Amino acid sequence: MKAPPFAYAAPSTIAEALALLAAHEDAKVLAGGQSLMPALNLRLAAPSVLVDINGIAELSEVSLTPTELRLGALVRHKRIGTDAAIAGAVPLLGLACPHIAHGPIRSRGTIGGSLSHADPAAEWPAVCLAADAVMEIRGPAGPRHVPAEAFSLGVFTTALRPGELLAAIRFPVARGRAGFAEVARRHGDFAMVGAAVTVELGPDGRCADARVVLFGASDRPIRRRAAEERLRGQAPGAALLREAASLAAEGLDPPSDLHASAEYRRRVAPVMVRRALADALSLPEARLAA
Amino acid sequence: MSPAETLTVALTVNGEAVTRDIPARLSLADFLREELRLTGTHLGCEHGVCGACTVLLDGEPVRGCLMLAVQARGRAVTTVEGLAATDGTLTPLQAAFQKHHALQCGFCTPGMLMTATALLAETPHPTADEVRDAISGNICRCTGYVQIVEAVLDAAGTAP
Repeated sequence: MKAPPFAYAAPSTIAEALALLAAHEDAKVLAGGQSLMPALNLRLAAPSVLVDINGIAELSEVSLTPTELRLGALVRHKRIGTDAAIAGAVPLLGLACPHIAHGPIRSRGTIGGSLSHADPAAEWPAVCLAADAVMEIRGPAGPRHVPAEAFSLGVFTTALRPGELLAAIRFPVARGRAGFAEVARRHGDFAMVGAAVTVELGPDGRCADARVVLFGASDRPIRRRAAEERLRGQAPGAALLREAASLAAEGLDPPSDLHASAEYRRRVAPVMVRRALADALSLPEARLAA
Repeated sequence: MSPAETLTVALTVNGEAVTRDIPARLSLADFLREELRLTGTHLGCEHGVCGACTVLLDGEPVRGCLMLAVQARGRAVTTVEGLAATDGTLTPLQAAFQKHHALQCGFCTPGMLMTATALLAETPHPTADEVRDAISGNICRCTGYVQIVEAVLDAAGTAP
């Protein structure tokens, strides 16, 4: 189908975009359009005004300091997947990117758009949670910062308030290792279940810190703290990874839908965690089942 | 700045400057087909899944159905009509599609050609796996993928 009629504006500054959002209550922000355009074409969304932020240059900026990577909300998937400095600073970004849809979607889709859309099976929200990212939000009440865990609130639901715009995502430069695994019906589809992990090893070779995140397993990406706790202070090995993976799946209440049953997701979730941890820790034998 | 339902767009399509007044909701694919009568760009699903409407935007492959025509202001768009030379000489990729019978009904072909054109521009000598990955977002329902992969590899001078 075709998109319903709407009025269109393309501001060139964040201030102009915020003024447009304030003036038009049901306005929608158009970033890469790879989720919003299908929703318009399928008539699932019918905003009276589209605010196209693609002309706001500062939203496409990337900056890197020794401690922080800052990605403007409009940075496209393709750039994240091909800019060696980005993946060098936060390896999880580079690992997850090839799993996102297909080339022509990655040319247009943006990290801020994916985060604001908040599909529970999307890669970026999970990566941001595992990489300890902070969302930089601009709005009528001024700028505010929201950690990834407080940003994703449910299916297509975020902490963004009416009139607000996600402007950038700040990542601490990774000090440890990262792993990413997901299972989808076809490569490029949204994941049925996936895992994003980060692990820091201490000088003694033991896990000093770990973050274990599942996505597609709940209404939002979720940290699995029992698994993280199990890894902390331990020397990595296949048995430890299997135990941590089992803990990650405990108490899961995943959705059932056309793509996979809840039972299947519960069964596959610990496998994804095990594989992601095995890759992060370079323990290929731990990828295999016991 | 106030939002408008009709806007003037000026862009370059297949090397020619084009200016039109169009509704904001018009997709780039519909603009090409209906305003410019460039019907080589096909529309299958209209929600980004089938890849038939893939065109090049400043050389990068994009979905024509997932972009508004107004968003192409000031940009250069290349469609399947823009591949062959003006005298009709096919590009090596198009010739390879013909040679390898890389199409049956032809519906997916424009999207396949544009996606593969972009691949070869970035990766002149791809492996078979890279070709398969590149066209993974283009659906062919005549199940012609094997010949399509062979054609792309042949055009790149890589043995299948």
